[in-house]
Amino acid sequence: MADFLPLGAFLPKPGYQLLPFDFTRLESGEYLIVNLSGEHLILQKATFEAFTKKQLTADSDQYWNLKAKQFLLDSYDKETSEDLLASKYRTKKAFLDGFTKLHIFVTTIRCNQACQYCQVSRHNETAGEGSDMSLEVLHKSIDLMLHNPAPAVTMEFQGGESLLRFDLVKEGVLYSKEQNKTIGKQIEYVICTNLTLLTDEYLAFCEEHCVQISTSLDGPEHLHNKNRPIASADAYAIVTRNIRRTQEALGTSAVSALMTTSRESLKYPKEIVDEYLALGLRSVFVRELNPFGFAIKAKQAVGYSIAEFISFYKEMLSYILKVNRDGQTFSESYASLLLTKILTPWPVGFVDLQSPAGAGLGVIVYNYDGDVYASDESRMLAEMEDTSFRLGNVIDNSYEEIFFGETMQNIALANCNEALAGCSDCAYHIYCGADPVRHYATQRDFYGHRPTSDFCKKNMFILKYVFELITAARHDADLDRILWAWITRRDVNQMDDPGYCQ
Amino acid sequence: MGLDYTSRCQPNGRSRILPVKLHTKAKAIGVSNRLVAKITNTPISEKREDYFLIVDDIDAELDCNGYAGILTKQLPEPEKLLTPWIGGFDNMEMLKPGYIISVEQNGFTHVIYRPESHNNTLFATGRCNNNCIMCPQPPTDSEDSGWIESHLRFIDLLDADLERLCITGGEPTLLGDGLIDILKKATLRLPSTELYMLTNGRQFAAKRYVQKIAAIPDLKLLCAIPIYADVAPLHDYIVQAEGAFAETVKGLHNLARYQLPVEIRIVLHKQTIPRLLSLVEFIYRNFPFVNHVALMGLENMGYVKNNWELLWIDPLDYQDELETAVRYLHYRQMAVSIFNLQLCVLKPVLHPFARQSISDFKNIFLEQCSSCAAKDRCAGLFKSSETRHSRGIKPLTEAVLTNPFTV
Repeated sequence: MADFLPLGAFLPKPGYQLLPFDFTRLESGEYLIVNLSGEHLILQKATFEAFTKKQLTADSDQYWNLKAKQFLLDSYDKETSEDLLASKYRTKKAFLDGFTKLHIFVTTIRCNQACQYCQVSRHNETAGEGSDMSLEVLHKSIDLMLHNPAPAVTMEFQGGESLLRFDLVKEGVLYSKEQNKTIGKQIEYVICTNLTLLTDEYLAFCEEHCVQISTSLDGPEHLHNKNRPIASADAYAIVTRNIRRTQEALGTSAVSALMTTSRESLKYPKEIVDEYLALGLRSVFVRELNPFGFAIKAKQAVGYSIAEFISFYKEMLSYILKVNRDGQTFSESYASLLLTKILTPWPVGFVDLQSPAGAGLGVIVYNYDGDVYASDESRMLAEMEDTSFRLGNVIDNSYEEIFFGETMQNIALANCNEALAGCSDCAYHIYCGADPVRHYATQRDFYGHRPTSDFCKKNMFILKYVFELITAARHDADLDRILWAWITRRDVNQMDDPGYCQ
Repeated sequence: MGLDYTSRCQPNGRSRILPVKLHTKAKAIGVSNRLVAKITNTPISEKREDYFLIVDDIDAELDCNGYAGILTKQLPEPEKLLTPWIGGFDNMEMLKPGYIISVEQNGFTHVIYRPESHNNTLFATGRCNNNCIMCPQPPTDSEDSGWIESHLRFIDLLDADLERLCITGGEPTLLGDGLIDILKKATLRLPSTELYMLTNGRQFAAKRYVQKIAAIPDLKLLCAIPIYADVAPLHDYIVQAEGAFAETVKGLHNLARYQLPVEIRIVLHKQTIPRLLSLVEFIYRNFPFVNHVALMGLENMGYVKNNWELLWIDPLDYQDELETAVRYLHYRQMAVSIFNLQLCVLKPVLHPFARQSISDFKNIFLEQCSSCAAKDRCAGLFKSSETRHSRGIKPLTEAVLTNPFTV
């Protein structure tokens, strides 16, 4: 019989040091603490104070909880704590691996729809070929995409309305496939389209080449038609019919929809969700108006305050949760993204909310005229005659000049929220992002001013709300099941089914 | 590699075998090194060195030249045979043709392979660099220098259709490069056999060692590695070795670096239950790459008998903690199983996660189990739990099984 040492023989020496973390006081009076790896703890006020005054001792669960998540470092096993933290931090930031992954091709800036809030400053459907991408520009842009080191890229066709020049979409897919034969990247194809010009021929092509469809649906008939009118036609009837057609041809998962919130939308959070459910869509991406393009000019007519948007978003999310509690799986994409950032160890590559910012590093836009921009918003700004984020031109500039030129370097100065005033010590910054383009557009400053930033207000609010959900889910098994169904894209009714794993 | 890590723990249509005695003491003459060979009861002419011949009566006419040894009931007499003679068995029934046995110099005889079993193991070494407070098979300091040779020989003797081979100990990695030879040989000789190694993973802290293992072509190996706490002091206390946690954690990261499959094992007892949820959270956040997590009931053997008060908590009394931990992992798409616990002590919602994990030779059911409707699906008990077990053991009725809400 061996002699066993008591636990006391393995305890660290008294005293510990704090590892980097950020914190905020919650409305409940508790403290949320978050560290580099995105792990968090919610502490009672007394525990938080004892912890930061280094008064906790290695015989309490609070002490172990803080040590297990590397909030404190003591004499026992320093190296492991540091290694684990480093490894998790590396994983969280792994969306940077391989460089730019989302490549947006604006094959035409012409559009047949006259959305009130158009962010891209479309040209009329009848505008000349100067509003379309030339074959030379298309080919050069694809060459640049394939020259990029990312092993997997997404090629996204944007507009304008990309189906106005389906021949360019077709050429883009076929040319990239041909050129890729010797390169061997994994390429995913997405067409962003209002679906109004869909034909069977287009669908057959999409089916053959596994092209996915991303469309816009703003809600029930009167709302959709108000937001997204087409001259002398019922836009709503056309888009819903064509969503169904696309689902039948390509499968439900190949079609996704996002909605843009106008002032009119604020009145209909439930009706919008019901509309999506009726179409068999499994999620909705709720977007606020972007401060670009016509949306700025039409702000009086369609705009609203960030507070109004937030209360709308909250109402919509509550209704979505109710729908799930009633047994129907349906998620809101922005909330799902944030939940994934907070609750999983995995990296989340979402170019609108990451640090370093997506502009250039995560996304690149090849405009119809051959100019290259750091993001979708950058080219929207360019249509407003501000080319601050123009990285170069596919005909005139080399890959190196475009991706590592002066403009990109200037963006990079302001693309890490870890180094932005008002962000660097924010408890939520690990889950949030930097957005130099938006801050430049709204505040004329790459760095931005957080106290007056709508971007900050919106994300702070939604993050706080998501944390409320996470906290509530600890004592609400149904809510926990729903949140994880969203994160792992499973059916909320089958979460407890043991075979339903991987 | 196409391995299914959960089904390996749940052999389909497995036949129930009563606990079997697998070792006995005999008298040995002419055994200078550990002998490993297969048993035959009919004389053969080729490859005699691979066989022990069972003989009822030894007479002078018997041609026993060249066999690894002769097995007989008779007490061995010096100078009667040139071939090693192992005799004086009180019971020879456990020595069946087709079985592989090992015989030590002192006559200790162990059945190490039975073709009908799903639980064949290669007992790599008795030594271990941990000394866990709940170790069912406490480490020994016994000399194992000649063992690698006999392990390689053992692998040569195995049937090629062997489904899986469990490599255990002691701590197999203490064989160092010898283990790599074993893995190479097993992969070459038994290309379809899944290798399942129980190891504390500490030696994998050395990247070069893991690199060597990963370099074995077509290797089908799953390393099952225990983590008992989310913080080093608690883990090191349970395994009674300062620095063990640090090495195991580094080892897990190295295995991931070389994409070697990993199962994490947690033994459920009084020292692990209080922080079980924190522990699975730690595993998910730090080792999300693991293929499988096994939550295991205690085996009342070895040190457990001595540390009973320190360790025992009736499984009925940790069902809430267990359910929370299983749900936590399952929602996060981490494959999770419950080993060694009986269906009657588990909450019905946990039944689908329970596996028939107890090796056949030490697997029993109690008298009250005979009328149970779930016996076919149940893990049963360890032989060592015959008298000490959960107060919740009782036969389940079909009604209970089909309607989980009645319990």
